[in-house]
Amino acid sequence: MAILSIKVENRPGILWKVTHLFRSRNFNIESISVGPTEDPEFSRMTISVRGQDGRQVAQMIKQLNKLIDTVEVSLLDEHKTVYRELAIFKIRLRGAQDSMEVNKLAGAYGGKVHDVRRDSIMVELTATPDQVSAFEELARPFGIMEVARTGMAALQRAGA
Amino acid sequence: MGQMIGATALMRSLAKEGVGQVFGLPGGANLPMYDELSKSDIRHILVRHEQSAAHMADGFGRVSRKPGVCFATSGPGATNLLTGIATAHADSAPMVAVTGQVPVGMIGRDAFQESDIIGMANPVVKYAFQPRAPSEVPESVKKAFFIAETGRPGPVLVDVPKDVQTDSAEMEFPDEFRIRGYHPWTDPDVPSIERAIEMLLSSERPIILAGGGTIISSAFAELQAVAETLLIPVATTFKGKGAFPENHALSLGPIGMHGHAEANRLMTEADCVLAIGTRFSDRSVGTFEEFEKNLKIIHMDVDPAEIGKNQRTSVAIVGDVRTSLRIMVKLLRRSPPASREDTPWARHAKETREYWQENLKVPSGEMVASRILKRLREALPPEAIVTTEVGQHQMWASLFYDVIEPGTFFSSTGLGTMGWGFPAAIGAKVARPGVPVLDIAGDGSFNMTENSLATSVTEGIPVIVFLINNYMLGMVAQWQRTFYERRMIGVDQKECPDYVRLAQAYGAEGVRAESLDEIGSAVRAAISCEAPTVIDIPIDPEENVLPFVAPGTPLRDMILPS
Ligand SMILES: Cc1ncc(C[n+]2csc(CCOP(=O)(O)OP(=O)(O)O)c2C)c(N)n1
Repeated sequence: MAILSIKVENRPGILWKVTHLFRSRNFNIESISVGPTEDPEFSRMTISVRGQDGRQVAQMIKQLNKLIDTVEVSLLDEHKTVYRELAIFKIRLRGAQDSMEVNKLAGAYGGKVHDVRRDSIMVELTATPDQVSAFEELARPFGIMEVARTGMAALQRAGA
Repeated sequence: MGQMIGATALMRSLAKEGVGQVFGLPGGANLPMYDELSKSDIRHILVRHEQSAAHMADGFGRVSRKPGVCFATSGPGATNLLTGIATAHADSAPMVAVTGQVPVGMIGRDAFQESDIIGMANPVVKYAFQPRAPSEVPESVKKAFFIAETGRPGPVLVDVPKDVQTDSAEMEFPDEFRIRGYHPWTDPDVPSIERAIEMLLSSERPIILAGGGTIISSAFAELQAVAETLLIPVATTFKGKGAFPENHALSLGPIGMHGHAEANRLMTEADCVLAIGTRFSDRSVGTFEEFEKNLKIIHMDVDPAEIGKNQRTSVAIVGDVRTSLRIMVKLLRRSPPASREDTPWARHAKETREYWQENLKVPSGEMVASRILKRLREALPPEAIVTTEVGQHQMWASLFYDVIEPGTFFSSTGLGTMGWGFPAAIGAKVARPGVPVLDIAGDGSFNMTENSLATSVTEGIPVIVFLINNYMLGMVAQWQRTFYERRMIGVDQKECPDYVRLAQAYGAEGVRAESLDEIGSAVRAAISCEAPTVIDIPIDPEENVLPFVAPGTPLRDMILPS
């Protein structure tokens, strides 16, 4: 996996230009998140891609830099980066036993439980994308009714 | 600078950029700017199709190295520009396209003649502006020109909603501005240039590959100095054709699909290449993997995104190639290499070149491409500018028309747009009215923009259409003969139209030339009478372009005439 952190001018249409670039250069975006930065003139996009070799990723960074609206592009080192994703799961419950087990599972992943009903429960999780996926696997036997994932946000650690 | 409407500010901004003329065609959404154009000193050159306006601006831009400007209205006017914008983008030509747009409040409501031209053009422009208030117009135009002509040039779109043209505002015309994410200039890294020199000196079989970037940055003298000092043979890409005088003893001509035999041969034998301003297109290198095998690549380019995109690079030198070559020349002058007068490689290159110049088989008969183009060369002065259309005639031009004065040959090489050559020639003539400008055309391509004859005639911009007429979509016919067992479909033009009468109908000169002597005299007459002229030259529709490197095959598998 490669995580790209892209600081862009905070103007309409730029998310589209960046995603268009990924499409036209034959890259598949695995996850994307966008939000304002500490400076309202800029936004930060965090994009992760999988299945591309180093040369391809390096080429993509150059193409991103070439976009006039990008101000800074960096490839984050997974090991020196804090990266998290928020996910919300709606899980089916078939009795009290299920409810207890899902609660336990959520607890193990540091998740929070919301909207507990007789036949469903919602779990909110903030974790690395891998942990979110692992949770998803374990929750699958209960029956996952719906999932929403934000895509990851990431920042390089200080001094890294 | 006071209160004025957006359209006035637009014209003032264009005038401030030194724009002398715009190529265009009016409509509802750009009428306000046309009204202001009528009051300005800027000349309007009316086209009969907006695609041609873009090609004219492109031709003007390539020759003058200043952005050519084209105007179109919203909706269909703007979409008609797209092919021309994409062509300029593929060949890194500076251009500013100004389109009208529906009023701001109508955008997104599928208004009459609304098209999301910003969205459609995005992949083929260097940048696009849509000022949403009249006060934004001057800065948008200023930045558009700056972006179009700096770094790796390209087309920039300025889409101006109608109310932005008609509303007034307090205008300021800034001379300074900031584009945070745009860094067109990089100083070339001197140690890398030193390493490149060492690598060239220590390799046994060095070659130079000059691409279109060499022409864009006019690095002609510098290229020649490097080649002559190091005694390195110079091949070009097709886009770089004429970066180096093709009558020079070190010139090999273009490599690639229809490259010169000597260029393709020596390129495959070389162990080190100094590649200047090229993106290593598949049409040039054959297959990427074979090309880079056993080859050390030194790559000079202004665009860092080209380094390593298609080929592995041993030394990368990012920056304006003229500046990089200038530094290289300076370093070479400081410590000149031992005389390389007589390296075995230089001798081999010379022999290979001479061999193919004498022994490349061409079909017999008088009216064959090679003889026609050699006769054209004799009839044209060295400074004449030549454009081409797309097809066999283009590749014959590459093979048999020698460019003597660098930077006098232009073609749609990246996108391969039929119909580019004639309007581009008109743009070139506007940029350089003092020299003859001639379009080497095929009949199919000429059909696509032949109504530019009206512009040539009515605006008094005389260019020559040198029509190598096989009444065929000849290049496609050649592929059908070669790869589809002669199953011919969709290629026969059925001798329609009569080009002499077509030219005359527009008020241009139309002549038919059926011998080499007639060609010579027709070209000379067209030059001296300074009238738009179509010279119709019938040829055998069966003639193929050879040599030929089939797509997806390496240069060494070049098919030669048998
Ligand atoms: C706009 C456009 N449409 C289609 C093509 C595909 N194409 C490439 S060469 C060619 C034939 C060109 O015919 P002509 O201009 O008569 O030149 P010739 O090959 O006969 O010299 C065609 C159709 C193209 N390059 N551009």
